Amino acid sequence: MIETLTIGAETKMPLPQGLRPGYAGKSMNDRSASSEQISQGCEQTDWLVAVRDARDKAAFGRLYDHFTPRLKGMLIRSGMSGAAAEDVVQDVMLTIWRKAHLYDEGRARASAWIYRIARNRQIDVIRRRPRPVPDEMIVEAESREAHDADAMVSLEQEAEQLREALATLPQSQRDIIERAYVGELTQVEIREATGLALGTIKSRIRLALEKLRHELKDLRDE
Amino acid sequence: MKQITHHLPEWLIRSYAAGSLGHAFSLVVATHVSQCDECRARLEAEETAGGVVLEGLEVVDTSEDLRARVFDGLDEDVAPEPPAPRRKGIYPGALVAEMGSDQPRWRSLGGGIRQAILSEDKQGSARLLYIPPGMAVPDHTHGGLELTLVLQGSFHDETGEFGVGDVEVAEDDLDHTPTAGIGEACICLAATDAPLKFKGIVPRLLQPMFRI
Repeated sequence: MIETLTIGAETKMPLPQGLRPGYAGKSMNDRSASSEQISQGCEQTDWLVAVRDARDKAAFGRLYDHFTPRLKGMLIRSGMSGAAAEDVVQDVMLTIWRKAHLYDEGRARASAWIYRIARNRQIDVIRRRPRPVPDEMIVEAESREAHDADAMVSLEQEAEQLREALATLPQSQRDIIERAYVGELTQVEIREATGLALGTIKSRIRLALEKLRHELKDLRDE
Repeated sequence: MKQITHHLPEWLIRSYAAGSLGHAFSLVVATHVSQCDECRARLEAEETAGGVVLEGLEVVDTSEDLRARVFDGLDEDVAPEPPAPRRKGIYPGALVAEMGSDQPRWRSLGGGIRQAILSEDKQGSARLLYIPPGMAVPDHTHGGLELTLVLQGSFHDETGEFGVGDVEVAEDDLDHTPTAGIGEACICLAATDAPLKFKGIVPRLLQPMFRI
């Protein structure tokens, strides 16, 4: 990630997102040589939807190939042995397959959903007790389908912008953020170190999610 | 849904998303998010960021054995998991899971104040507190950070008013006297990142000051 993003950061002026043309959607193919993994945002979600709707094993195979080596790397960096990490990855991949019917592309990108599953499983295993998780929000399937298309487009765009914003951070700040989300930092370190680094992009994430929140609220009130 | 005015600080939500938060604080985050759409959105934003980072990580080698185990597992019939604990009254599912039942196992601390310890480990402790209407919890310090989330009723202290869903973040240097609101007993979830100080806290709780 860092190598890829460094190229972007050094060759682009760090303009505010709103001023930069042509970043919407999958517009990062101009970095095709080294951006295989970062141009796939939408594809990953498509694969997961195919797994959910068609029990598509080929699509699952693509998810496996993309996420397995990265999940294992993440788990090792957050303190697990290679063998323990593979055990967790196995559970995560099988959970993706078995719980795909719960995936809602209007509320989460594939990577965000998988990231959460991996954390839940990792912590269940490490602590030998269930990780406390929020109650699921009850959203009727019909209203879910009605809002999904729009919500998914805006979610994907925002995630692309988030990625761009990360790419424009100085290397040291980007490292901190990567280490925080990978799980290498303690809560104290996250408190002290990431606020500043994320300050410039957090309003962007929040705007997107604020919008999502209002949409969900509308659904629930209907 | 009642208006929540005191939310989780960003670093707590981020630490939860990243799996870097101890069990006791994780319980507070899960309980608050269960009743706060705003913080749910903020948590999902953090997970979006986590996913973006995950997508861009360097790859490491994985074994052929892992692939075989996963793909062999796809067609296995697996017994459905028991459903996640559901909200019971004022207690969101995460708390129901923690209590192992619908109701806390209260123990009296005197003066009508009750507590139910939920968890304690090296990273901190979590308990439920029951404070009768208008009752003050005496000044207490708490080595470390203390999070207090209201589940029923309300309390106020030197820093403000806290109603259902609100969470107070008290640094260890905060010298405060939380007082339950009048009318309904205040039930809250309290978590610290320090071990419980039985010697310090309990005797003081046994001598409650009545301030209405």
